[in-house]
Amino acid sequence: MATVLIPTPLRKYTNNTAKVNASGRTVAEIMNDLVSTYPEMKKYLFDGAGTIRSFVNIFVDQEDVRSLNRTETVVETNSIVSIVPAIAGGIYKK
Amino acid sequence: MPDFGIEAQERLKASSVLVIGAGGLGSPMLLYLAAAGIGKIGILDCDVLDDSNLQRQILFGIDCIGKPKADEAKQRLELLNPYIEIEVHNIQITASNAIEILKQYDVVADGTDNFPTRYLVNDACVILGKPSVYASIYQFEGQVSVFNNLMADGSRGPNYRDIFPFPPEPGSVPNCSEAGVLGVLPGIIGSMQALEVIKVVANVGETLSGKLYTFNALSFESMTYNIKKNFDNDEIIKSGLIDYEQFCGVPAIEKKMKEVSPLELVEWQKSGEKIQIIDVREDYEYDIVNIDGELIPLSAIEKEYAKISTDKKVIIHCKMGGRSSAAIKLIEEKHGLTNLYNLKGGIVNYIRELELDMPIY
Repeated sequence: MATVLIPTPLRKYTNNTAKVNASGRTVAEIMNDLVSTYPEMKKYLFDGAGTIRSFVNIFVDQEDVRSLNRTETVVETNSIVSIVPAIAGGIYKK
Repeated sequence: MPDFGIEAQERLKASSVLVIGAGGLGSPMLLYLAAAGIGKIGILDCDVLDDSNLQRQILFGIDCIGKPKADEAKQRLELLNPYIEIEVHNIQITASNAIEILKQYDVVADGTDNFPTRYLVNDACVILGKPSVYASIYQFEGQVSVFNNLMADGSRGPNYRDIFPFPPEPGSVPNCSEAGVLGVLPGIIGSMQALEVIKVVANVGETLSGKLYTFNALSFESMTYNIKKNFDNDEIIKSGLIDYEQFCGVPAIEKKMKEVSPLELVEWQKSGEKIQIIDVREDYEYDIVNIDGELIPLSAIEKEYAKISTDKKVIIHCKMGGRSSAAIKLIEEKHGLTNLYNLKGGIVNYIRELELDMPIY
């Protein structure tokens, strides 16, 4: 069980909740649990082959999972898993 | 000030910083960098000010509406600090000019609003060996980092590609026009960006090199993540700049469609200007009411595109403006024509605005 920080673009799928709980021992299990609770998030986070999309970064506490064990990174109970997508901001002229 | 003495100030004065984007992030950044006494500031922006920008682009005022932002920014900054040099680059940055422009500066601050430019600027800085101070915003969130900074051992710190090696597919990241951005957020994040530029130039404090700082304006929460450099990315980047719009699948700047109102169209006709009017509706609609346009239904427009003049203004219309704008997008993208105008509101608006005694269906 860990706390998952939901980025702004995805909060519409979690009733605007910024922090949700998800179960699992590894990042992969936690992400799967997350999308089974909030299925609309799946296509944003995962591609057709079930891999996490490359513009989505996952951090366990302060560390990028790519410098740990990627989706096999073990997540401790009190850890915070952050989903950080690429953002480019801006406002396009209406 | 302790930790920031005369040496640090002189480093600021001797430095040159290019600010890319004189918008939401650029506004506070330019103000604070000018106030801090950066010796030379470059402002790169090819846009003109729109009144909707004033919600967050606080460098400007209503007197700047319709004018080039880079030029207006320079005038504002000269009033703040007349002792620095300010250079304006009123152009779009592309793979063909990025190296030439960036090499004139010591540090680059990227305050742009699209993925192709983000990757272009990042890669150009890696190729040139320059630090790039990054910030971006979306609705209530902001990110800040320092990329490609020179480390104590002579190597370079992580860059944008080390966090986001590939851009999102077009359409997968919600577009800001769907929800906008909280006006004060770029003010906060852009100020932080200016802070990091000053620290990089003056070599004081601990910068966000190797870190990604995120801020949520609604919850007032900040998180700072550690990012690691992937040396494989350097090989790819240093092999040369690429076509970033193709890489990201979107244009860097959305080309605005040219429009004409019914009144303007009538003016053109009265003045004897040679124009062509094309009607992309169906034949039965044309039979109900028309304004003597050449009928080429939308479904046939690609096949019969040769009928479209290239040497005069071509006004394309439908019933209400939807089909005609689709026709224009199609032709502009496929054939690159630049003489097409969408009749605002279509024939329905034409009849109403000109108060004609013609049927509306």
